[in-house]
Amino acid sequence: MAGLENMVETSPPIADASPNRRENPVDGRSPAPVPVIDFQRVVVLLGRFPALAGLDLKVGQGEIVVIRGANGAGKTTLLKAVSGLVSVAEGSAVVLGVDLRRDRRTVRRSVGLLGHQGFLYDDLTVAENIGFAVRAGRADPDRIDPAIERVGLGGRLRDLRVGACSAGQRRRTSLASLIARNPALWLLDEPHAGLDPEARDLLDTLVREAAAGGTTVLVASHDEARAEELATRVVTVGGGHVTDDRAVTHRPRAAHHAP
Amino acid sequence: MLRDALTVLTKDLRIERRSKVTTTQIAPFGVIVLVLFAFGLDELVVRGPGESSANTVSAAAVSAGLFWLATLFAALLAVQRSSALEQADGGRDGLRLSGMDPAGIFLGKSAAVFLQLAVLEVLLASGVVLLFDATLRNPLLLAATAVPATVVLATTGTIYATLTGGQRSRDTLVPLLEFPLVAPILLAASQATRAALDDRTIDGWPWVRLLVVAALAFTALGVLLFDAVLEDL
Repeated sequence: MAGLENMVETSPPIADASPNRRENPVDGRSPAPVPVIDFQRVVVLLGRFPALAGLDLKVGQGEIVVIRGANGAGKTTLLKAVSGLVSVAEGSAVVLGVDLRRDRRTVRRSVGLLGHQGFLYDDLTVAENIGFAVRAGRADPDRIDPAIERVGLGGRLRDLRVGACSAGQRRRTSLASLIARNPALWLLDEPHAGLDPEARDLLDTLVREAAAGGTTVLVASHDEARAEELATRVVTVGGGHVTDDRAVTHRPRAAHHAP
Repeated sequence: MLRDALTVLTKDLRIERRSKVTTTQIAPFGVIVLVLFAFGLDELVVRGPGESSANTVSAAAVSAGLFWLATLFAALLAVQRSSALEQADGGRDGLRLSGMDPAGIFLGKSAAVFLQLAVLEVLLASGVVLLFDATLRNPLLLAATAVPATVVLATTGTIYATLTGGQRSRDTLVPLLEFPLVAPILLAASQATRAALDDRTIDGWPWVRLLVVAALAFTALGVLLFDAVLEDL
């Protein structure tokens, strides 16, 4: 775990994330083709229903993988399984070199999920919510202010109660929590939903910067055009399996692909 | 674990300070319960010395029991409020994803409920003295009773409220689970409180020892089990 913790703490500041790369999450040495996500024949049951039914997926460091699929295909379940929020019933699930079935807490600390819910407290301000996420995740408190500025919630907005924020501002607050925590693996579930065009562009920029810095990003999205533009790889999920997996070759930012 | 507990405690108290649910809703509720009981039992309660008969009870006996009943009802609201904070906007998943020690989360949430109840108990104790003319003979005994008894209410409430947090019927489930569990605790706390007031026929300290053991046991249970409680069962 030492290498993983080290990777989080030594990650570059938000503003200049691009020039530096994270070290390899598993052994702390230079980037190597070790998958950040290594799922083999993973089964996740929601009740008795197999939401993931023997899914195989390998994702390398610095990849931006867009997960596509119809409603109920298993996109959100896949993200939740990677984050350790739902239990893996069968198969091998290794994330950041840690066996999810044995140690979910370590994985969770290095994963950031931006989902349908923002994990925000209405009675705390924007800055307090981000501060709580940072302290809970044992990240560097010095990253809070730059993150707030970066998502455009600086000035008086930082002291606004989240309960009084618009949907877009709430989304930006969650995004700021994510970039302030700077986890090694970002899991974004329909991240563009509820954002104005400017915020969508900002999100895409942040994702590209994070990936350039060595962060691995999984994005579940229905927005095909945006997904193609953002992704280094597109994975289609259906019936709890991966039905298609292709690299997006026209993106020069493509990083290390999993073997 | 303690660092995580402090993080959660600070967060919950900050939310309470801003939302003022304890001061504007839970505390008035506790006082109203106390007043209603006072009205209902007015004819039975003997306030002056040497006035008791077969059909009456002493102010100390009644006020001790009512104090803890009012505290229990208010505690239910407090733990449900504490749990509700984590239900809105996926806060529970947020806590799980934070990587914080579940034992720390448990201690932090329990401590926040404990502190809110402690403030409430000061208010209710004042109410008891005013409404029933009760005399506080042994403040140290009362404090020694209130601390472990409140720890039990806060810890068991936090466990049950979290356990039932994902259920639609959580509002009714918590009292259903909590009341039978804390009934012996309330009995012990009432006896010790009665002794701390002006009833010299009871030795309160054995009850306090029982409460301390219960407080330690339930705190240890929460520390050990909260990981499983917080996960989807």
